Amino acid sequence: MAIDAATVRKVALLARLSESEERLEPLARELNGIMTWIDMLDEVDVEGVEPMASAVDLKLPMREDVVTEGGDPAKVLANAPSSKDNFFVVPKVVE
Amino acid sequence: MTNDLDVVAADPKKFIQGRTGPWEIVMGLEIHAQVASNSKLFSGAAVGFGAGPNEQVSLVDAAMPGMLPVINRYCVEQAVKTGLGLKAQINPWSRFDRKNYFYPDLPQGYQISQFKDPIVGEGVVLVERDDGSTFTVRIERLHLEQDAGKSIHDLDPHATYVDLNRAGTALMEIVSKPDIRSSEEAAAYVKKVRTIVRYLGTCDGDLEKGNLRADVNVSVRRPGEGLGTRCEIKNVNSYRYIMQAIEYEARRQIEVLEDGGTIKQETRLFDPGKLETRSMRSKEEAQDYRYFPDPDLLPLELDPAWIKAIEASLPELPDDKKARLQSQYGLSAYDSGVLVIEQERSDFYEKAAKGRDAKLVANWTTNELLARLAKSGQDIENSPIPPEDIAGLVELIETGVISSKIAKEVFDRMWAGEGTPQQVVDKHGLVQVTDTGAIESVIDALIAANPDKAEAVKEKPQALGWFVGQVMKETGGKANPAAVNEILRTKLGVL
Repeated sequence: MAIDAATVRKVALLARLSESEERLEPLARELNGIMTWIDMLDEVDVEGVEPMASAVDLKLPMREDVVTEGGDPAKVLANAPSSKDNFFVVPKVVE
Repeated sequence: MTNDLDVVAADPKKFIQGRTGPWEIVMGLEIHAQVASNSKLFSGAAVGFGAGPNEQVSLVDAAMPGMLPVINRYCVEQAVKTGLGLKAQINPWSRFDRKNYFYPDLPQGYQISQFKDPIVGEGVVLVERDDGSTFTVRIERLHLEQDAGKSIHDLDPHATYVDLNRAGTALMEIVSKPDIRSSEEAAAYVKKVRTIVRYLGTCDGDLEKGNLRADVNVSVRRPGEGLGTRCEIKNVNSYRYIMQAIEYEARRQIEVLEDGGTIKQETRLFDPGKLETRSMRSKEEAQDYRYFPDPDLLPLELDPAWIKAIEASLPELPDDKKARLQSQYGLSAYDSGVLVIEQERSDFYEKAAKGRDAKLVANWTTNELLARLAKSGQDIENSPIPPEDIAGLVELIETGVISSKIAKEVFDRMWAGEGTPQQVVDKHGLVQVTDTGAIESVIDALIAANPDKAEAVKEKPQALGWFVGQVMKETGGKANPAAVNEILRTKLGVL
């Protein structure tokens, strides 16, 4: 799969990464290099092999429906660049 | 053109008339039902309404680095239970995927959902229309996913406030196939799903609090043609809004198409103030969620014995209960349908009907009590008249102590809190007069005072009605009507 500048622009937008126009072509070249390595996997014959869901042979652990956490907004907000009255405060996002 | 998605026979009665001919609305719904659990889907933080901001948030919900989700067994059980209630296939192997998008109230940058392998597959729901007729809506799937937090835009003119209390709460997304053809059917379908989850106890169905929300996918087409392009309408949290939003959206699409335009697939928001839908511009750029299996979670494998045990624990479901009320009590489809909408109604009814005339109890429960409760905005759980008193009232009618007419007065007084039916009857002397001697003396006096009218009855038997009315008036409505008629006929020589 060939990645062009337009694809890089779209992926950057979806990931909310800001890239200048002149960086798009070099990034496309770098990503195509990585894709070439990944394409090597196509050499393996996987006919009839189920897609792997996990690398570990474990069952999904479950917890009981009890309240064991919460009640500490200060801890939750500790890394927030801005907060007020226990809310996170972010730039206006309403349309 | 038809395919396996498009199987509902067209009904011209549901068509919408445009300027250039009839159109058919085609709809599928996505219902988000919040699991009635104590804690969240992947964390031990509390689920609830009304706590202070960010008080019900764990470090998992806040997406702190290094935190790992651990699934809540109870939430899985509720999803299975709901699937069984929707007569759906339970998938013993399912998996969680990440749905990637950025929004301030989604700290992970992705929602944990189930995309390719949901926990519940295809099912079917039988829905009642207001006129008592039924239709089926096929269920495509039910999957478990996390809710997002809440963004508050009106606390500050320049900033958005974010509360993560709701973040990570377990939702069951119930996706229907496009089997719905009118706004009334859409509302009836949501009502039915709500009734089912409330019977199961898997979701409290509170629309006002947003614990049950519906997104409606609306498209229109010329009758007989293939499916049109759909728009998804969000933010419809009442039956009335659902109907209004659909009516508006269908009209809008028809106008666009009749003007030679095309419908763009998009997400639209319903504005209940303006009664219109509008495009959510922020979502205009093509959505690309880049789903992939969540590497933090192993596949969800269900033990078949556990599924069986859950199936064995299911309560009697509304459709089964409706059929039973009809066969056991001889009720009409309509009455039993009204009674099974809420479990509390049928519980009330069955308590009151024990040993009594079941149809009479149904009449008093549905016609009088439910109407009165609706008028005063109360639920049947808080009915000022308990089931024993409805039973008592019916017993007084059955044994001839009071007439149906007097019973209405007794009911009014019971509603006003004057006590049990027997107490009301005793207090106000409302016992029906069946003592023929007493009735006879009233009639004798009437005939003596109105010889002309008595003569007229002999010519025109219909004039008897006047005497019946007078006797009832004299006795304060307490005379037994059958006895009054019989005595009058004998005395006036009308047979």
